[in-house]
Amino acid sequence: MKFGAVLLWFATLLAASAMAMTPERVPVADEVVQGKTLPRKLSDYRFFDDLARQVPAEGVTPYRLNTPLWSDGAEKLRFAYIPQGAQAKADGEGLLRFPIGTALIKTFAFGEGADRRLIETRVLLHRPTGWVALPYLWNEEQTEAELAVAGARLPVTTPAGEQISYRVPNKNQCKECHGLDDVVVPIGPKARNLSGEWLAGMVRGGRLDALPDGADTLPVWEERASAPADLAARAYLETNCAHCHRPGATASNSGLDLRWEQDDPHALGIMKRPVAAGRGAGELLFDVVPGKPDQSILLYRMESPEPGVAMPELGKTSIDHDGTKVVRRWIAELPQR
Amino acid sequence: MRLQEALILAEPGDEIVLGAGRFTLSDGLSLDVDNVTVRGKGMDETILDFTGQKDAGEGLLVTSDGVTLRDFAMENPKGDGIKSKGADDIVYFRVRVRWTAGPLATNGAYGIYPVESTNVLIDGVQVSGASDAGIYVGQSRKITVRNSIAEANVAGIEIENSRDALVENNFATRNTGGILVFDLPNLPVMGGGNVVVRGNLVVANDTPNFAPPGNIVANVRRGTGVLVMANDNVVIGHNWLVDNPTAQVMVVAYTQSYEDERYNPYPRNVVIEGNHYERGGYDPQLEGASQLLPMFGGSLPAVLWDGLQDGETPALLAKPGTPGWSLNLTDQGKGLDAAQPGPLEVGRPASPFDMTGIGASAELDERIK
Repeated sequence: MKFGAVLLWFATLLAASAMAMTPERVPVADEVVQGKTLPRKLSDYRFFDDLARQVPAEGVTPYRLNTPLWSDGAEKLRFAYIPQGAQAKADGEGLLRFPIGTALIKTFAFGEGADRRLIETRVLLHRPTGWVALPYLWNEEQTEAELAVAGARLPVTTPAGEQISYRVPNKNQCKECHGLDDVVVPIGPKARNLSGEWLAGMVRGGRLDALPDGADTLPVWEERASAPADLAARAYLETNCAHCHRPGATASNSGLDLRWEQDDPHALGIMKRPVAAGRGAGELLFDVVPGKPDQSILLYRMESPEPGVAMPELGKTSIDHDGTKVVRRWIAELPQR
Repeated sequence: MRLQEALILAEPGDEIVLGAGRFTLSDGLSLDVDNVTVRGKGMDETILDFTGQKDAGEGLLVTSDGVTLRDFAMENPKGDGIKSKGADDIVYFRVRVRWTAGPLATNGAYGIYPVESTNVLIDGVQVSGASDAGIYVGQSRKITVRNSIAEANVAGIEIENSRDALVENNFATRNTGGILVFDLPNLPVMGGGNVVVRGNLVVANDTPNFAPPGNIVANVRRGTGVLVMANDNVVIGHNWLVDNPTAQVMVVAYTQSYEDERYNPYPRNVVIEGNHYERGGYDPQLEGASQLLPMFGGSLPAVLWDGLQDGETPALLAKPGTPGWSLNLTDQGKGLDAAQPGPLEVGRPASPFDMTGIGASAELDERIK
């Protein structure tokens, strides 16, 4: 072998290994995100450089919520995609106003380390006609997730060690939580529930117009023990209940309004009688009885796994023991009237 | 799962046809496409069995407009039967919802449950076993409930916080209370009224109350025929009221204390006329019943009024000679302890009731012709 040929061979080897380390980055498929179709495969969007390992593509930014929605203890991988040249707008401590072409992506996983399995990925697409919510179900091989408009059920072991029949919601059920005044909207990315650091990064990267006021208002869930009981509980109710229990949403007719900004005790359920709770009320008379968690319908329904009683109605098969603890502490500490 | 997929992928104007047979469902269904018809082969032929339901708060949730549900049955949903929320121009026709083990507190709350909707037609449905109300229309407008059977529910038919409702030619029996017209505080929609209850057969509503105690219907006395609580402009006319052992007709103010400045707890202008009364009030579920019965010669008069009214606005109006009595209460929300029973002394109805705008629109009739 001539020396030059050896060099060439060596150079080719180097190039190949470099490619393996940083694969060619393919842009997100904006035409799919903004199109009219219901894409069959999660890979159609090209949100990930490495789908199976959930390595995001350029412009797809991971984020977390200070106090997240609990879904049978699933680990959640959240990503926001804002297309090149577009920008979200800050709107006080409320929901960021995302431009057309935005995608919010959330992957649900159970199990740790090598045992981790991706179960489903839910996408919210901001199309010219409005937001569209679609559920994707991961395959056995963990190589792809396919559109499952009718949802699915599958056996899962929760972090608490419970064997449950996990429910992947159907397309309509997406709207049951994401519906507000008859249109689909995002729920999670409100400035008050996002970290100031992450928001600042988005501003630096040009994907957000300004740093909103009120970032980091909700306590960080992992630090709930040191947070005041009312803040931790109200943050939990805001993120786990208020997307339905608010005016204009699925449970508006209950008259119960659990939004963070609500300060009318009656609207928050304090000494409020149920309206259409049926047997969901158990033997109890009021939603929240100050100082008496065990006489409060709100906690009773959170602590029930039984359909028709259990709250939330969707996305919950087992009981959130950490969440109920926080709400229990809040009710116990409410001044008795 | 295939049915749910069909409900999701339906296009406006589609008809989804269910074959005959019993179909077992593990999850609640939902429909969110406008102008879709779901049609079975008949309420005795096509049965959706939710006995093994694992999630969702109802058997079927409808959130779109212009939907027609007809000719199928649903059994043992874990929560409500069919809920339609914010679903205008909806028709329920010959649908049956039934909890098969009979009246139990563990049954779901509502059988047929339209809420926050405008223009609702319920015709020829059957509901039994609901632990709250069999047919419940809440926070809605322009409603017709007719030709339907409500049996062995806590409330047979309930119109709550709603306006412009016609409840006509139904059969309510074996419920705790037959037909209820309520207006409750602290709800997004209040000010119920313009409700006409006529031509119904309200017979032997004598099932002991089996509602969970926190619910307002848990306060309904076993043996109530028609109950009006708060509301303005209600007509109870030309019904057959038979064998309702507490009261054939009861007109009362909201019974509990409340904090809501927007709310009027009193009944106003409730007209009672032309009803046929037979064997009522003979076993009233009322405090002091054993003293009351001899006072009235063994059974209570047909119409019971609590005596509370909103200033000078009459609570009820009835033709002279209407058999009735009053508790003569003076304070709303304080219970019955201060009752001083006496004869019913009320004014007579002035002019014929204006039916303009009452009930569902004629367009909905067209769909079931």
